[in-house]
Amino acid sequence: MVSLLASAIGFMPFFLFGCTGEIITEKSGHLNLGIPGIICAGGAGGCLAVSIYMNSINGATPNYILLILISIIGAFLLAGLLGSIYAFLTVSLKCNQNISGLALTTFGTGLTQFVMKNFVDINDISTASTLFKLNLPFANSLGWFGEIFLSHGILVYIATAIAIITAYVLNKTKIGLHLRAVGENPAAADAVGIKVDRYKYLAILIGSGIAGLAGCFFILDYIQGGYDSYYIMESLGWLSIALVIFTLWKPNFAIVGSIIFGALYILPNANIVASITTQTAIKKVIELIPYIVTILVLLFISISGSKKAQPPASLGVNYFREER
Amino acid sequence: MNNSVALELKNITKTFGKVVANKNVNLTLNKGEILSILGENGSGKTTLMNMISGIYYPDEGQIFIGGEEVIISSPQDAFKYKIGMIHQHFKLVDVFTAAENIVLGVNDKFNLKEVNSRVEEIASKYGFEIDAKKYVYNMAVSEKQTVEIIKVLYRGADILILDEPTAVLTPQETQKLFDVLRKMREDGKSIIIITHKLNEVMEISDRVSILRKGEYVATVDTKDTNEKELTEMMVGKKIDLKIERTETDFDKPLLEIRNLSINGDDGSRKIEDVSFYIRGGEILGVAGIAGCGQKELCEAIAGLRKIENGAICHKGESIVGLPAKEIIDKGISMSFIPEDRLGMGLAPNFSITDNMMLKTYNDNKGPFVDRKTARKNAENLIKKLEIVTPSTETPVRRLSGGNVQKVLVGREIESSPNVIVTAYPVRGLDINSSYAIYNILNDQKANGTGILFIGEDLDVMLALCDKIMVLCHGKNMGIVHAKKTTKEELGLMMTGSLDLAEVKNKEYGKAKDSHLTEKEWNEQQAENENKGGNDNG
Repeated sequence: MVSLLASAIGFMPFFLFGCTGEIITEKSGHLNLGIPGIICAGGAGGCLAVSIYMNSINGATPNYILLILISIIGAFLLAGLLGSIYAFLTVSLKCNQNISGLALTTFGTGLTQFVMKNFVDINDISTASTLFKLNLPFANSLGWFGEIFLSHGILVYIATAIAIITAYVLNKTKIGLHLRAVGENPAAADAVGIKVDRYKYLAILIGSGIAGLAGCFFILDYIQGGYDSYYIMESLGWLSIALVIFTLWKPNFAIVGSIIFGALYILPNANIVASITTQTAIKKVIELIPYIVTILVLLFISISGSKKAQPPASLGVNYFREER
Repeated sequence: MNNSVALELKNITKTFGKVVANKNVNLTLNKGEILSILGENGSGKTTLMNMISGIYYPDEGQIFIGGEEVIISSPQDAFKYKIGMIHQHFKLVDVFTAAENIVLGVNDKFNLKEVNSRVEEIASKYGFEIDAKKYVYNMAVSEKQTVEIIKVLYRGADILILDEPTAVLTPQETQKLFDVLRKMREDGKSIIIITHKLNEVMEISDRVSILRKGEYVATVDTKDTNEKELTEMMVGKKIDLKIERTETDFDKPLLEIRNLSINGDDGSRKIEDVSFYIRGGEILGVAGIAGCGQKELCEAIAGLRKIENGAICHKGESIVGLPAKEIIDKGISMSFIPEDRLGMGLAPNFSITDNMMLKTYNDNKGPFVDRKTARKNAENLIKKLEIVTPSTETPVRRLSGGNVQKVLVGREIESSPNVIVTAYPVRGLDINSSYAIYNILNDQKANGTGILFIGEDLDVMLALCDKIMVLCHGKNMGIVHAKKTTKEELGLMMTGSLDLAEVKNKEYGKAKDSHLTEKEWNEQQAENENKGGNDNG
């Protein structure tokens, strides 16, 4: 049980980055289905940054803080770049959000293959991975507590911090109030002088950047290399969009939700299941659970009719000021 | 420049493509006065106001505030010049509280406690009632309007523009609003109010400016004019203000409803033990405050909503539980015009032709739709009702509100029904279009059709209807003859202060010459109750 929980938390950042990023985007009224592609691109961006840094130091021992910082920035930038394409298409050109997003996912996975195969050295990635995996030296001496909460790489804690900060900004600050107004009723926000397009652009860019860190985590921390991981990343990327619904658009809930989804992802290969059955069919059924749970949550919020648990009212609808 | 002028517009022109919305409009607004702007639908009132509040930018002309020329290119600019607009369609975020909506976009430090106390301060100054912590989705229409008004006052607005503020209010609520407006005028604020209701113009305003087809006609002092003169200036020709009541011989009851109870979407009781009947050749009006069960009643008759109790009989046959299509085939037509006008009955992106087909698509044989006949019907309708549209193939969303409503009401009548249920058919329409609709209804009445008219303007209902039923919180407060009652009596019944059913100890709404005997009614009700029981179990 302890090891399952520890692995679940170990895998949490993937879902949490993706989910937090998508929550920020959706709060502005934009359903970004390009998130899976953006996550992949984030992974490529992180690896690219690592390669450039390793080349520049020419075989010397990499600096821990510098390496982490550079790869996070790399992931954020490349993912943000893809986000800006989406923002330009949907905010400025008012293209259909679903189609733009799906196109972006296809583009993102292709771009990732291209970057990873041509510009990234696998040896650099495995060197960097050991640094990403680095945990507190005294973690193992603290028993089960240490194993569950402290035996992880730095991205686990960064992801949690970002989710908490996002929740605070959304609920307690004026910026958050304005952003939520833009996603709920852009005409109302516009009428009181909020710059609707600026909020939408920033939310999509920052949201995409944060989601990109999920890819950075996946390649550099979880898989530790691996050229073909973007297929897994893409399919898991859809799950982080499902997680947004599961957590009712609340970054705080997303922390718990990510751990649950992480556990469900780990479960089929965990010792607990392995000791009961070896049948692949059952493993595949377990892998389905997150999707089923998401559908149940959708059903539940629909039946409950609670106004506060609903998606942003203008989600998926582009805003034209002069339309009537 | 006179110091008492708050706002002046000179030669304002605005065009949308080929459509000229405003042409050379001149307007002055003095400090501490209430100015009404009068004009038909599509005469450019709202466009003009949107230019003052920074939503649109004028193509030509100048705007002066306090004697200085200003450029208002965004809502922020408008706030800067202390102009605040209360839109016809409220611009509020449903999931926010009143205070959150009010503080939205204000560049102060964000402290909800301070906001709450300032909101209450403003409210008590002008005599509003508001709970700053209430969520907008829990609010009644009048409360939402209060939030909108406080929103602009919070920003320190000196010039307030209200776009049809009374369209959604009861007479009592309107009086309350007018009291507030008068207090603001005493406080030195300048107010522009747009309304279609002439009696309100006469009551509240100091001066009236009239627009016709985007052009400025004149400004007159309210005390020097009367309703007839204003209408003539607005329409450009002499028209008779009186609504005709076609006198007909009443037939046997067509639609009879007994002890009907209906639940709303949220499961609460919306209609409670209501009985009434409509005879052929009769218009029965339904008066009530918005949201007191009118929508649920319409939907139940049309077969779109399950009833909890009671019976609905058409020519002596129960129609409870029948699918909507069969109810239409029996000749019962329902047209409901919701606040946003497009929400029910028409597909906004469809053309008039396509919308005509929505109800008759099943009539011709074979797998293909009969577009030819539908187009001919659409052309007839356009001619008959003088619908203004470029062609029969224009999406109805592009038509102005009045024309959209004509399409909807026209289509319902095209199917020659024997019972018409119509809710708010003249909502937001100007005088000419409203009269066109009244004439349609009177024609139908003369043909022996029974009409259930759910309305909001009591003056109109008193003139048009034969009898008026008043609902309060879903209860029948009594059915009165339109000739024998007064507006005040109806107002008291609407708010629940007067319950005629109780006062006169009389059960309303049961016809003596009913199609069914008492015994048969009881059997009907018992049967429906069983049905309901089965559904729930």
